Amino acid sequence: MIDVLLYALLAGLGVAAVTGPLGAFIVWRRMAYFGDTLAHSSLLGVALALLLSVNLTLSVVVICLLLALLLVMLQQQQTLASDTLLGILSHSSLAIGLVAMALMPDVRVDLMSLLFGDLLTVTPRDVITIYLIGTIAIGLIIWLWKPLLTMTIHEELARVEGVPVTAVRTALMLIIALEIAIAMKVVGVLLITALLVIPAATARRFANTPEKMAIYASLAGSLAVLIGLSASWFADTPAGPSIVLSAAILFALSLLKRE
Amino acid sequence: MSNPLIQLTGVCKSFRGNSVLSGIDLTVMPGQIITLIGPNGAGKTTLVKLVLGLLKPDAGELYLASNLCIGYMPQKLLIDPTLPITLDRFLALSEPDKEKCQAALGEVGIDPSAGNQPLQSLSGGEMQRALLARAILRKPNLLVLDEPVQGVDVVGQESLYRLIGQLRDRLDCAVLMVSHDLHLVMSATDEVICLNQHICCHGHPDQVSSNPAFIELFGTKTAPYTHHHNHQHDLRGDVVTAGKAHQHDRSCGHD
Repeated sequence: MIDVLLYALLAGLGVAAVTGPLGAFIVWRRMAYFGDTLAHSSLLGVALALLLSVNLTLSVVVICLLLALLLVMLQQQQTLASDTLLGILSHSSLAIGLVAMALMPDVRVDLMSLLFGDLLTVTPRDVITIYLIGTIAIGLIIWLWKPLLTMTIHEELARVEGVPVTAVRTALMLIIALEIAIAMKVVGVLLITALLVIPAATARRFANTPEKMAIYASLAGSLAVLIGLSASWFADTPAGPSIVLSAAILFALSLLKRE
Repeated sequence: MSNPLIQLTGVCKSFRGNSVLSGIDLTVMPGQIITLIGPNGAGKTTLVKLVLGLLKPDAGELYLASNLCIGYMPQKLLIDPTLPITLDRFLALSEPDKEKCQAALGEVGIDPSAGNQPLQSLSGGEMQRALLARAILRKPNLLVLDEPVQGVDVVGQESLYRLIGQLRDRLDCAVLMVSHDLHLVMSATDEVICLNQHICCHGHPDQVSSNPAFIELFGTKTAPYTHHHNHQHDLRGDVVTAGKAHQHDRSCGHD
């Protein structure tokens, strides 16, 4: 019984480590809605994986990445405001995913666990996947840290100074897609953005450099996982929502600190 | 005579069928200060982006010298308040050597001790100087400044223009800058180009700058540029032909 808790804890901490720095960029670049849209589209990835019986993680990463590239292309058209476009794609991709899964009669999917996570059913195999993908994601973030930061401050200035902006932006989307694929099991597709945004917002009040904010965000996320998982274990609340609620309470507490 | 840093010949650019620039000829020589003026929507920013390589021209030729190194000062820096970043760190993104960053701050007249301030807390004038410091860190031979004095009061504008002139002399670089103010143009400017989707007119800023009355009014480093228009624009910015004095060629896209 205790190993269930251990796997859940390891999985949660592994995901929180990536959400820290990635969430910081999502907050700085105001991409919360963008992340939400990609997270919703991951349901389509799940449906596709079931339909074609391919690897679920791979399918989710590929679908998220494709949708991210589609979004960037559509945003350059500038006929619709960005948030309108995201609103359309966010909910229609969620709807496509749900409908596609309902149309597969042989497959019984636990929708609640997809939407809100099912941390207590994490297997050792899941934990290994999370740490493998998490290491790749963090490695990419560290490797691209300076260009990412330069681009976040001013994209055109970065371009003039020789930053390959398009490549770096695509890499950031790949990192988001990787993170979504591993966070799905922990908090579910509907709550992934919360895990990205809330710890980063909490960290802001304590950090005076971008690096500190990223690390503090990881710590805040890890603490939220610990508290949420404990609540889930002892009070029998759903794990994913409990973690997000813990993160929100930590954020509220951070507001007490004077700037 | 040395080679030009940048040469545009007959450059045109349009966005979704709307012509923004047509038949632009522009040469930037080493050490030259060029000021682009023109009303809103005249295509000043588009022209700057073409020079910076951020946009590709639809037609015409864009020549960039092989040794060209551009220091770019964007119009505005919109940094999200959630990004904790100091002025020092902002400069370090371009140049890791701390001493060089401190020297650049000194050159633009910012007390190097201000380097640990959050970037978002800088005043309008300080921000412009900070952006200028970042631009000169690259040791450019061309400074491209998009509305460098925007959001700065008249006294501050004068000192910023003086600073830009000094930097040009010290770094021996050319300056291409954009100004939306048709009347206040840096007096050290070698050439003023008046743009309204095409080059309306260009030349030295008027000799008026030496007139004592104007110096009193505008200060010594800013000079009004008087126009020698030979045509009129209607409200959309399209050219209304006024006689034969209007010298356009086919590339203009209008009669």
